[in-house]
Amino acid sequence: MSSATLGVPRRPLDKTRRSDRAGGVFAGVSGLAAGIIVLMVAVIVGNIVWFGWDTVTWDFLTKAPSHGMTAGGIFPAIFGTVALVLLMVVALIPFGVGAAIYLHEYASPEGRFTKAVRFAVNNLAGVPSIVFGLFGLGFFIQFVGRGLDRAIGADVLWGQPALLWAALTLALLNLPVVIVTTEEALRAVPRSMREASLALGATRWQTVRHVLLPQALPGILTGAILSVSRGAGEVAPIMFTGAAYFLPYLPTSPTDQFMELGYHIFVLATQSPDVDATRPLLYGTVLVLLLLTFALNLAAVVIRGRLRARLLGRS
Amino acid sequence: MSRDAAPAGPPAAGARWPIRTKDYDLFYGKTQALREVTLDFPEHAVTAIIGPSGCGKSTLLRSFNRMNDMIPGVRTQGSVTVSGLDVFGGGVDVVDLRRRVGMVFQRPNPFPKSIFDNAAFGLRMLGLKDRTEVEARVEESLRQAALWDEVKDRLQASALALSGGQQQRLCISRCLAVEPEIILMDEPASALDPTATARIEELVLDLKARYTLLVVTHNMQQAARISDRTVFMLSGRVVEYDETGRLFTSPREKLTEDYITGRFG
Repeated sequence: MSSATLGVPRRPLDKTRRSDRAGGVFAGVSGLAAGIIVLMVAVIVGNIVWFGWDTVTWDFLTKAPSHGMTAGGIFPAIFGTVALVLLMVVALIPFGVGAAIYLHEYASPEGRFTKAVRFAVNNLAGVPSIVFGLFGLGFFIQFVGRGLDRAIGADVLWGQPALLWAALTLALLNLPVVIVTTEEALRAVPRSMREASLALGATRWQTVRHVLLPQALPGILTGAILSVSRGAGEVAPIMFTGAAYFLPYLPTSPTDQFMELGYHIFVLATQSPDVDATRPLLYGTVLVLLLLTFALNLAAVVIRGRLRARLLGRS
Repeated sequence: MSRDAAPAGPPAAGARWPIRTKDYDLFYGKTQALREVTLDFPEHAVTAIIGPSGCGKSTLLRSFNRMNDMIPGVRTQGSVTVSGLDVFGGGVDVVDLRRRVGMVFQRPNPFPKSIFDNAAFGLRMLGLKDRTEVEARVEESLRQAALWDEVKDRLQASALALSGGQQQRLCISRCLAVEPEIILMDEPASALDPTATARIEELVLDLKARYTLLVVTHNMQQAARISDRTVFMLSGRVVEYDETGRLFTSPREKLTEDYITGRFG
């Protein structure tokens, strides 16, 4: 406080009232902000449900697009999205959890390598998703895929956009999320648990495997939830690495291309020959994508809740 | 302050004094936590380690199963031997050491698993798979820890549903199941109510027939009740080490007398 105010007689009552008024204004503004958010979500979801509901029929869910995307359903895109996300999780979780275990358990916290890894993870999290897409194209398809093709003497098998490369690119995009949440979950396990295990003659790995990981599992699932809902919605990383505009068949091998809901929405919104005919399909597809993401999240939240209850001894 | 608080009577050869330290120093970074500790602890007896907070008693206890290893920047000098094994020696298998030297902590720390799985944890980590043998040894260890009758009908219930005292006895039985030679207890009853404390104390007295016990406590009455010998530590040094009766009734050191009469600490 400046010395000029020292001579002024204090008026605590008046001051209090003024700060109360400021508090009231702040409460009003922040409440309004919160209200706007709720309103926006309501408008978006309401709009989509309103215009999309009638489109989402059994046929829509189980048929392929037809007539140049102006009719038919979106089954290939649903199938492709689920396959993509599953493949991504299979690649992502062991890799991410493994990295987190290493960082938390084995790496020396001050070591140069540890610092480099952390620096890389943090920066990976800030890279725009379109850059991941280009990286996937350059690294997975051009370098790894073409290399594989040359090695096995195939014409073009691995060196082209494919489900596998798209899933790996998405996994890479989500790696920081999984590493950070897993490490957080491992850190949250009380030290007394680790001590109890080690004092009983368990090895370090046994302690990780039988004490730390089971207790960190709900947290690891949180990371998986976040990555799944993000994975299902990201379009940029898969545009160059495996998503197809239209395919008359379903992907049956990791080297196949695939249709995906997010990309299909982009295609319907920008590439349609008949905008009016496409509009209901667009709304329906968005609704399905929302519901799918929501369902995946819900399932994971339920599983996490059960695990947590079991850890707390309430099963 | 005499640092050579040698035990009364010469330590007999071999296994009667399975735990020994000689000129043992421990540093946390630049801070010295233990200074020239030279002690021999007798077999099949309870030795209490007392002293005010921060005197190094827990640090000393955690040296015998190398639990201090987990703290970065720990350095030691001098020697610590357990049953003839140089604890800080080059080829020591820490995992094996910890199987021979069990530990019970201040706060009951059962795993969030069933009562059975807690008691069986060490056995399973040893690679014991045979279901009937695991069950037999779990029952035996729970009986030894005076917990069997209370939990035998709910072995699959979560260990976290037990009371604090029961949890601590479960932790003791978990430690007994792997049949250690030595049991270290770090203020095992300080988080428990008087009834539960009394049960733990009884248990400690029962266990000394089969095990060698070291118990850190800040409760002098407890030390007097359960221990055969007592070490009094201050600022990382051993001030006095004697038979418990003698240490509490006619201490040789002024500092010990001041501490046990409650003039500080």
